[in-house]
Amino acid sequence: MTVQELPGAAAYRPTPPPAWKPLTDPAPLLPDPEPYRVLGTDSAADADPELLLRLYTELVRGRRYNAQATALTKQGRLAVYPSSTGQEACEIAAALVLEERDWLFPSYRDTLAAVARGLDPVEALTLLRGDRHTGYDPREHRIAPLCTPLATQLPHAVGLAHAARLKGDDVVALAMVGDGGTSEGDFHEALNFAAVWRAPVVFLVQNNGFAISVPLAKQTAAPSLAHKAVGYGMPGRLVDGNDAAAMHQVLGEAVARARRGEGPTLIEAVTYRMDAHTNADDATRYRGDGEVEAWREHDPIRLLERELTGRGLLDEEGIATAREAAERMAEGLREQMNADPVLDPMDLFAHVYEERTGQLREQAEMLRGELAAEHDPLEENGVEGRR
Amino acid sequence: MSTAAATVGGRTGRAKPATMAQALGRALRDAMAADPTVHVLGEDVGTLGGVFRVTDGLAKEFGDDRCTDTPLAEAGILGAAVGMAMYGLRPVVEMQFDAFAYPAFEQLVSHVAKMRNRTAGAMPLPITVRVPYGGGIGGVEHHSDSSEAYYMATPGLHVVMPATVDDAYGLLRESIASDDPVVFLEPKRLYWSKADWSPEAPAQVEPIGRAVVRRPGRSATLITYGPSLPVCLEAAEAATAEGWDLEVVDLRSLVPFDDETVAASVRRTGRAVVVHESSGFGGPGGEIAARVTERCFHHLEAPVLRVAGFDIPYPPPMQERHHLPGVDRVLDAVARLQWEADS
Ligand SMILES: Cc1ncc(C[n+]2csc(CCOP(=O)(O)OP(=O)(O)O)c2C)c(N)n1
Repeated sequence: MTVQELPGAAAYRPTPPPAWKPLTDPAPLLPDPEPYRVLGTDSAADADPELLLRLYTELVRGRRYNAQATALTKQGRLAVYPSSTGQEACEIAAALVLEERDWLFPSYRDTLAAVARGLDPVEALTLLRGDRHTGYDPREHRIAPLCTPLATQLPHAVGLAHAARLKGDDVVALAMVGDGGTSEGDFHEALNFAAVWRAPVVFLVQNNGFAISVPLAKQTAAPSLAHKAVGYGMPGRLVDGNDAAAMHQVLGEAVARARRGEGPTLIEAVTYRMDAHTNADDATRYRGDGEVEAWREHDPIRLLERELTGRGLLDEEGIATAREAAERMAEGLREQMNADPVLDPMDLFAHVYEERTGQLREQAEMLRGELAAEHDPLEENGVEGRR
Repeated sequence: MSTAAATVGGRTGRAKPATMAQALGRALRDAMAADPTVHVLGEDVGTLGGVFRVTDGLAKEFGDDRCTDTPLAEAGILGAAVGMAMYGLRPVVEMQFDAFAYPAFEQLVSHVAKMRNRTAGAMPLPITVRVPYGGGIGGVEHHSDSSEAYYMATPGLHVVMPATVDDAYGLLRESIASDDPVVFLEPKRLYWSKADWSPEAPAQVEPIGRAVVRRPGRSATLITYGPSLPVCLEAAEAATAEGWDLEVVDLRSLVPFDDETVAASVRRTGRAVVVHESSGFGGPGGEIAARVTERCFHHLEAPVLRVAGFDIPYPPPMQERHHLPGVDRVLDAVARLQWEADS
């Protein structure tokens, strides 16, 4: 059967990509020498107060979520948690710039972006609790499964965005990756495909200083990660990843650009991972306290709070309200995570193929038998020992 | 390939408890000290000492050039190791976890495994690829794969897996000394297993490719390796209550495969069960069962059985105990070896 003969195929009419002339002048693609900032600069005055307040509430909530999830690892309720404390501005902005029809391609550290996009806080944690691989339907939320193998989600984002454009939908894919992940081959292949296909994709690199223990200086010799964009023929933007307003603006521009059919953008957000790589990691082995303390001065919540209170948009009461809302979310999360998940071992065989193979049916029966009875197999089989 | 047996010598020092992870680290250290061309490279192997601390202290002792934190790119790491080996070094590469070695597959299959053959023997590649592998540690997605079947299906690679602290040291020294590439699979859930062990002069270092009888027995042979060895030893103990006297053979290496030790055992016992935690279909057990059948057909009193992980993607940690073959599943198979009675 060819595609034409497939039922429903008539409705599918690919739209050709717009004509694309490679740029000969790289200058417009180059990132600024310094990370772009809004908070604490003159352009802060232009920022929409409502947006800033929304970002603030979400940042506070996100910080609380990270703290709660980390606490849950200590109580054995989560197998592991890679905290994004310190990186909340990147996470929140990534979620908020997308329209409902857009897609998010998060890495394993980006639980917060998924939650800020509307995913149930518990569903977002089932991977890390250990009961399922992906506790939500990616199609329902337009969030790809949190991705553990580094950078492998990036080509998926490109393919999805390309497919959407072929179908004539103005959907944008936003894909997140860490600084370490930019060294993987998949990162380079994804950027190249995206630029050649002029796919509506935004690549967001959260440069948080380390890939587990390896500092950026051992990861790349490029002037910045944003500079990598130029070689592929897309613009690179360098942003202060702790400045929620700047993040929102730069990501928003890149999304708009992609939606207009002007192709992909690579954004490097310069931020810092305040906690260890995960709760299982000992960060004192590879970084000094002084470094962490210095970044505390540049905390994303503090930066935004200063801006908002300075402009009279936020007072003690407003701060308390945001914190209370975050506390309620944490309480709910705690409560739900403290209940043992009820799992059916038969689910092991449920989703390997659309239909179970004979082999899997046999193995399922075997497990069912095992579960049905704690038994002594030798005795049950009537074996009295070999004489 | 058996050079290390001569260079390392027999056990003389005082024995102390050591973990498998420590023994592996010690093997790397001793190999680096003995041979300046041995280089360790990988993600987080330097300052951090590896996520399992196997390479702890190597960068400090030998410097960043001998124990190198690389950019995060498995294909790049192994590809660079190919070039290093072409120029006379002996790279020992660490892949952080089983499933994160897959980006390096192209290098492994197309180059590492084939260089000797492609160059008519002119350019062997003495590369050791260390891969923490297997489940049972509660790891989330992509942290528990058993990938030995892919490797053993690739001619040109040795595939080695220690199950004891002594073998962790000895087999790693042997692998590094080998002029052929070795995929060295480290069973993650045995990293913290301990043995009395003398780091000064460790136990016998066997050439790669010799299986060992870990427990002699008369009524059936359990053929196993790596993470399933402790399971089989426990099953053998439990089976004595039912009058079964099980022999347990630890393969230690899938390639080369020690047909002699395995066949000799099965000829003695007349019955065999292959036990491993990787999926059964297309897995190592099928190959092993076929070899045993070919060599021991007239001695067999029952078909060679397999006990393996289910044919499913490795499950989430909360479900992994249902997937991993445990003592009961081994005993079930042993019971089924009572073939004449059942059929
Ligand atoms: C292909 C692959 N190799 C190795 C790993 C193991 N690993 C998990 S996280 C990590 C470091 C990632 O650093 P980075 O990309 O900077 O992201 P961050 O953790 O800082 O958010 C490594 C090496 C992996 N998940 N995938």
